[in-house]
Amino acid sequence: MKKFVRIMSVLTAACLILTALAGCGSKDGSSAKIKIGCIGPITGGAAIYGNAVKNAAEIAVEEINAKGEDIQFEFKFEDDEHDAEKSVNAYNTLKDWGMQILMGTVTTNPCIAVSSETNADNIFELTPSASSTDVIGGQPDKDGNVTIQRKSNVFQMCFTDPNQGTASADYIKEKNLGAKIAVIYNNGDAYSTGIYQKFDARAKELGLEIVSVTTFPSDDNTDFTVQLNDAKNKGADLLFLPIYYTPASLILKQAKDMQYSPKVFGVDGMDGILTVENFDTSLAEGVMLLTPFTADAKDEKTQNFVSKYKEKYGDTPNQFAADAYDCIYAIYEACKAAGVTADMSKEDICEKLTAQFTSSDFTFDGLTGEGMTWSDSGEVSKSPKGMVINNGAYAGM
Amino acid sequence: MTFISNLINGISLGSIYAIIALMLNFAHGDVIMIGAYVSYICTTSAGIPPILSVVIAMAVCTVLGILIEGLAYRPLRKATSLAVLITAIGVSYFLQNSALLIWGSNPKTFSSIVPFDSIALFEGKLIITAESIVTVAVCIVIMIGLTLFTKNGKMGKAMRAVSEDKDAAQLMGINTNSTISLTFAIGSALAAVAGVLLCSAYPVLIPTTGSMPGIKAFTAAVFGGIGSIPGAMLGGILLGIIEIFGKSYISTELSDAIVFAVLIIVLLVKPTGLLGKKINEKV
Repeated sequence: MKKFVRIMSVLTAACLILTALAGCGSKDGSSAKIKIGCIGPITGGAAIYGNAVKNAAEIAVEEINAKGEDIQFEFKFEDDEHDAEKSVNAYNTLKDWGMQILMGTVTTNPCIAVSSETNADNIFELTPSASSTDVIGGQPDKDGNVTIQRKSNVFQMCFTDPNQGTASADYIKEKNLGAKIAVIYNNGDAYSTGIYQKFDARAKELGLEIVSVTTFPSDDNTDFTVQLNDAKNKGADLLFLPIYYTPASLILKQAKDMQYSPKVFGVDGMDGILTVENFDTSLAEGVMLLTPFTADAKDEKTQNFVSKYKEKYGDTPNQFAADAYDCIYAIYEACKAAGVTADMSKEDICEKLTAQFTSSDFTFDGLTGEGMTWSDSGEVSKSPKGMVINNGAYAGM
Repeated sequence: MTFISNLINGISLGSIYAIIALMLNFAHGDVIMIGAYVSYICTTSAGIPPILSVVIAMAVCTVLGILIEGLAYRPLRKATSLAVLITAIGVSYFLQNSALLIWGSNPKTFSSIVPFDSIALFEGKLIITAESIVTVAVCIVIMIGLTLFTKNGKMGKAMRAVSEDKDAAQLMGINTNSTISLTFAIGSALAAVAGVLLCSAYPVLIPTTGSMPGIKAFTAAVFGGIGSIPGAMLGGILLGIIEIFGKSYISTELSDAIVFAVLIIVLLVKPTGLLGKKINEKV
């Protein structure tokens, strides 16, 4: 028993040391810098997104600080494991740190919770990738009721879910990708459900035939044979997957095992599937997705970003990284235009940035689009591009 | 055809539960996960052939099982069962978070260790994956092996004696500590096999991969009757079938709820499980 106690205390001590080391992230708290906080999953099933956002934001902050201008940023990232409760805790940690602007959160469900907090606290929030309209609020549901009031301090850099759902249906119709469509979505997730509902509505308007709709309850789900059997038996030739890449990779594998090979169409959550370790990219061959960014683009801005990212993190940046990079630059330009300085209170900054983002003469050119503007609703206006996975890489469609 | 295909999927899933349920403790799901990671690292980083990687995973898990038993359970042998339960939860979290530290959070795609393609029957109407066949076959082999071992071997008999009555077994000259260690060693080696089979069928590997199958296997063990090898097998396979059929004919969202509802019903109606022996209260 004594030995056991001793071993346990050594282990506990080791854990404490590790925790302490992990906490030593932030550098000196120089007061001349505007404090930008960021929250996202860097562990857990959605970790690819959080890591991409964190990496890209760090590059952008470094670049901006290296300019040596008046506007200097201090950046701090907190992990939320794609969990709403942990996300709010992370938000409170950042608030104690003195955060003036929130860039985040990365994933939808946590962001819905956190954006209500920032709204109450008057902290300006720009999310790179949380795409549900519940994040920004103020959107009527299918019965025309507004259940979540507009959170006037919250803006999005990514497309909203309805936008993605509608655009996907338009794209499928326009390119005539499938006659019989099957949908598999995660009905425990606001992101997935939101896209599906709009896709369904738009598909009906366009006269697309949806033959099979099946769901799964969470991203931990591993068996999709039942859903795939349903799609297969109903003769679907196009599989629409408004879901994240982890379940999508299982669906692709199980479809292959079943010798079922429909065309597959995904949304931005599918982005990242090629970077899953040891993933057999041949499974994703021909998968189509809507995304505003491709690392293969030849323009100087993209090339510069991609090469920096590769050099620093040894990985090709995905759309989430590009959105995060754009977020930091959009905040930077808005701060410059609105005359925001580091000594202002978070409330003043929020007021100035909100006015700047919604002002008619504020446009932003970034990696994910040219001439982006924001409306009072918080949504961004930019246009998605269709991509197809060809020989293990994205190519324009 | 959908029915047969669902049945096969159910049996295959259930076989994995059965292997886990044969020798079970609460941290078992995480030993499965460790086994799968070890096999993954062996095949991807070290280029070891898949079959050999399974053997290595079994060896690592055996050592891990003995360590867990020695460090976390043995000191609590005389403690209340609640204390043991809580320790098991602690071990489970310890293993999950260690995996998070060592291998990171990004999901890894496990390459199937079964190098064959699916078999198509009835002009492609019925597809049986090679993984299902191997899983079921391995499950049957393990069950037969384990039954023979506990029936005939000296150690096997000791194992049964200890599981029936620890104190009496000790009085009969059985070394309970080493017998329990052996149980953990075998259980953990089997967990490694289950982990590799699980990840071959469902190839996403994350530190929480083993949690749900671990809990389901526990349900299967209770369902079939704790301590009974054929019971664990029956419970596992029935549970797999119930899960897939529930998904297919009732609701894809409620399948887990249905599985656990079965556990509650069995506990209410037949607390000892389907093949469990009714043990009379000792006076």
